[in-house]
Amino acid sequence: MTSSEAASRIELDYAGGERLTMNMGPQHPSAHGVFRAILTLEGETVVGVDAVIGYLHRCHEKLAETLTYAQYPSIASKTDYVAAMTSEFAYVLAAEDIGKIEVPKRAQYLRVVTSELQRVASHLLWLGTWCMDMGGALGGGATIFLYAIRERELILDLFEALVGARLLYGFYQVGGVRYDIPAGWAAQCRDTIGLIEQRIDEYEDLLEGNPFFLARARGVGVISRELAQDVGIAGPLLRGSGVPFDIRRAAPYSSYQDFQFTVPVEPDGDCFARYRVRMVEFRESIRIVRQVLDGLPEGPISSRPGLKSVAQTRIPKGESYARVEGPRGEVGCYLIADGSAKPYRMKWRGASFSNLAVLPHIIPGHKVADVVAIMGSVDPVFGEVDR
Amino acid sequence: MTREQAATLIGERFGMAQVDGTSPLVVTLPVDQWVSFARFAKDTLGCRFFAFSTAVDWKEQGLEVVVRVENLDTQIALLMKTRLGAGISSCPSLAPVYRGANWMERECYDMFGIRFDGHPDLRRILLADDWEGHPLLKSYAVDTPHPPYR
Repeated sequence: MTSSEAASRIELDYAGGERLTMNMGPQHPSAHGVFRAILTLEGETVVGVDAVIGYLHRCHEKLAETLTYAQYPSIASKTDYVAAMTSEFAYVLAAEDIGKIEVPKRAQYLRVVTSELQRVASHLLWLGTWCMDMGGALGGGATIFLYAIRERELILDLFEALVGARLLYGFYQVGGVRYDIPAGWAAQCRDTIGLIEQRIDEYEDLLEGNPFFLARARGVGVISRELAQDVGIAGPLLRGSGVPFDIRRAAPYSSYQDFQFTVPVEPDGDCFARYRVRMVEFRESIRIVRQVLDGLPEGPISSRPGLKSVAQTRIPKGESYARVEGPRGEVGCYLIADGSAKPYRMKWRGASFSNLAVLPHIIPGHKVADVVAIMGSVDPVFGEVDR
Repeated sequence: MTREQAATLIGERFGMAQVDGTSPLVVTLPVDQWVSFARFAKDTLGCRFFAFSTAVDWKEQGLEVVVRVENLDTQIALLMKTRLGAGISSCPSLAPVYRGANWMERECYDMFGIRFDGHPDLRRILLADDWEGHPLLKSYAVDTPHPPYR
């Protein structure tokens, strides 16, 4: 018997019970970034997960100690680069809270409209990539991905018209926002969200009429209400596990109390519940954007007159934890100011970091193919996990 | 339970704690009450949502560990703080109480070198296993060389 025959015989005689360690990543396409999962398998079933993160670590928190309150917001957008507006927002809110800095109403509304458009753009990227991960089940891989990216581009066009950049903005600054909307922007915005609203209905029909999609999403990756809170997951994951918590509703910031919207909650805690929550959030965000455009007040866009004085912003001694409801949940900035032009300490609570920490608790017991579906439903952005 | 009732209850049960009644409730604790207070916060005050855990380096005054937990129903949030004391870098772990503390405390160990006693898996998490030093300490200069990269 040659050695190759022996190898095939072992293969055929395999009766299970043996454990295999399989490396997934760090360059696995379903990771949407750089993430390594060391899976322990019994046959096709995962029995253990060791998650390895940190490949994108840039030590944002150390960096923030070396940059002024005017410089850091544009760097903050590099934590969660899929929803860059969100992290800038949390940082300036924390600084404004310590410094008791007023933000004009128009600036508050512009902050709301950009962060809601950002949520739609981010959810579109999630929908596209997640459906591509589950590829074959949807009758040909990249269909939804290409549709979703097409729509996301329209929102990036809006951001480009507003800021000049498509991915990383630097739109927020302490005391307000940096740019006012250009002429014709509101009309372009209405057209875009109207179009996306129609398309969301189409995607929903396409997906929920597909039995393979339902089979791969329903009952997979269940997060219990208790586990969700204990690990500290947030956003659509938390609401998909039956916890009706949304910071925009629970602790309104930046005039969110002026707008009507519902907070979707699904009790099941599986991939399908998280999908449903996000699909409703698309529509609620669009609803908020319309209300902002209808009620946008006139007035200044910053309480601080021009860039030069912003560069000299000093924040008095104090500390604050400011949080915003990002597309992935609670993005928090714990800021300690010592009275100088730079913070003494800044801590990011990255929503994706906490969301990802739930994986080792929910993956064991699933098949390898489900790992991909679960990871996509968590929607991690590794810039925010690793910071 | 209101925030005031929670503050009073904390004062009764944990005499050593200093409570600042703003939102969130800031509770400063001695290290030996750290874990028992966390259990109290979770079971009695219903603060089951683990938001984050981190540390602050106050230079010669030593390290401070900060944890935020929240009751999502009543929206009572607690910012728990404890000073480890100058030159001390060990702290009891909250991982047995909150599962979310597992990764957060690993990050804290990675960045500040704080050894969390009772943590099930205290390894570096963001930096490589062979990294030297703990970058968020104030004594760690931003331009610290790290061969062979820089």
